[in-house]
Amino acid sequence: MTATTRRSSNPAAELGYDQPPPRKGFFTDTSICIGCKACEVACKEWNMVPEDGLELSGMSYDNTQGLGASTWRHVAFIEQPKSLAGQQSDEHHEGVDALALAGGLTTPSPPPGTPTQVDLGMPRTVLPGAGADQDTATPFRWLMESDVCKHCTHAACLDVCPTGALFRTEFGTVVVQDDVCNGCGYCVPACPYGVIEKREGPSGNDAVGLAQKCTLCYDRLKGDLEPACAQACPTKSIQFGDLDELRERAQVRVEQLVAAGETSARLYGHDPDDGVGGTGAMFLLLDEPEVYGLPPDPVVTTRDLPEMWRRAILAAATLLAGGIAVFAGRSNR
Amino acid sequence: MTATSEPTPQAVGGRRRRRGRGELSMVPEATFTSYYGKPVVKPSPWTADIPAYLFLGGLAGGSSLLGAGADLSGRPALRRAARLTALGALGGSFFALVHDLGRPARFHHMLRVAKVSSPMSVGTWILTGYGPMAGLAAASEVLAGRLPWTRGIGRAAGVVAALLGPAVASYTAVLLSDTATPTWHAARRDLPLVFVGSAAAAAGGMALVLAPTEETGPARRLAIGGAALDLAASRTMESSMGVTAEPLHSGRAGRLLTAAKALTVTGGVLAAIGRRRRDVSALAGVSLLAGSVCTRFGLFEAGQQSARDPRYTVVPQRERLERQASAQPTG
Repeated sequence: MTATTRRSSNPAAELGYDQPPPRKGFFTDTSICIGCKACEVACKEWNMVPEDGLELSGMSYDNTQGLGASTWRHVAFIEQPKSLAGQQSDEHHEGVDALALAGGLTTPSPPPGTPTQVDLGMPRTVLPGAGADQDTATPFRWLMESDVCKHCTHAACLDVCPTGALFRTEFGTVVVQDDVCNGCGYCVPACPYGVIEKREGPSGNDAVGLAQKCTLCYDRLKGDLEPACAQACPTKSIQFGDLDELRERAQVRVEQLVAAGETSARLYGHDPDDGVGGTGAMFLLLDEPEVYGLPPDPVVTTRDLPEMWRRAILAAATLLAGGIAVFAGRSNR
Repeated sequence: MTATSEPTPQAVGGRRRRRGRGELSMVPEATFTSYYGKPVVKPSPWTADIPAYLFLGGLAGGSSLLGAGADLSGRPALRRAARLTALGALGGSFFALVHDLGRPARFHHMLRVAKVSSPMSVGTWILTGYGPMAGLAAASEVLAGRLPWTRGIGRAAGVVAALLGPAVASYTAVLLSDTATPTWHAARRDLPLVFVGSAAAAAGGMALVLAPTEETGPARRLAIGGAALDLAASRTMESSMGVTAEPLHSGRAGRLLTAAKALTVTGGVLAAIGRRRRDVSALAGVSLLAGSVCTRFGLFEAGQQSARDPRYTVVPQRERLERQASAQPTG
């Protein structure tokens, strides 16, 4: 295996869990995601997450639009004028008749170049790029990525929660306790990935007013089952397992892709030295993180908290000193 | 791997919607990529309750300081005004904080834990200590006429409230800064100074409105000093924030902060020249109070705006990565 793979720290062990199981996580390999959204559906079904809008966004096939209180898995779709490695968009196919190659039809198609009727955009029997559009053909690739809560090693939502509703499980994941959360909303702006959100509806739902996000199927993990999204994924784009093993697997996969010519492949969230101490859910991406709506260099906000407290104490001392000075300064009036 | 991705037609930002009037930036327009212009981080779900609390908490904390000083220096009218203001502002604070919760009936869940990593938890405990003290000081103000023995209790409680008041006024800056909201987090160095300045201006201003000029000398000095600190610290803060300072000048936040500056300057000047005039002093006080309200709502709204635009999340992070890459040549 590769020497570069780093062992992850286990936050559950550091918190004093006695003999915790290995840290669990996801490795989402976007290079084999087919955008079927089975993960979104399985998540909703298992976790009884309510419907949160049925609208057409115009954002490719993405009508879910982003993670939120009632979307714990979200498949992003990005259409780009670029080629995937191995694709050759400048290849032309003049004179190639796909149907003839496949055995032919009883009515032969007209030879290419023959003036025909108005093009209604109906499917043709010639290959793309072989007809009149060959000069305007552009490279194209369609990126798909199933996004989820990152279950950070240093989780800002967990740090700032004032009630203890958010907690670290024995699996190293981060989960909200619905019976403790009072809906203060502090975790929402604290998350550097914009994952957790206060549920606003539908009215009557038990969790309205509470912070909601992926639990990495805590209940299923307790019963030795894999999370619903990973089980439903038909291509194993979503892989679940022990985080250390997933990191090794991810490293092998990215090296394989780069060797195959997909030089833009990179891992995201795998590095224990990044701003959140590495994530429990990591990704193999084919472009910059922000293309997928992910922050390029996320940092847990509480990393700067000691400095912030020092400045706040300085400010409080300034006000206190000022308050004394205005009375001590002059005794007139 | 290239540092910036090739822009795709639908996902390129960089054009900047200028909401201000032809204000030109000296910083070149940074191009960045986003997912259909969608925000990366989520804006806080907080409503107007929270900026209202930022104002009221500052007013309460500053007033407790004035109340104790007035008590110890023998200024009964100023003491009364300041103690009652502190109690009123505290009541408003509690209402706003509980009202903003998704489950108001569970407000006491805040008392389950004490966490230094959560400014909201720290604030809960500061308020838990401060609230009863400010309440006792105000109660003795009301009861001392009939029950003179409460005066001593009021004085002791008032001094404790005065020691905790500055913490009430300053921790709220950490409350905002300890988030991934770009403008709030980038303001973390100087925001506490802005907040205590604003608190001092508001508390001093309220005393100028409520107390006679014979006793308001300290309140006037606190108001002027607070206004000056607010304005100076705001200036330093903005100059250190880079691209995330833009929301301070655009949209609703920009309008509120422009108004805040004008009101704070006007209030400070009137407070300085209206020494012997009750009417001018009261006008100064109203102007300072309004300035403090606008400062809090403006800074709150600037953060919300910065979270809604992916530009303020992506561009500073990209810049940070580029700085790191250039610092380590063998990246």
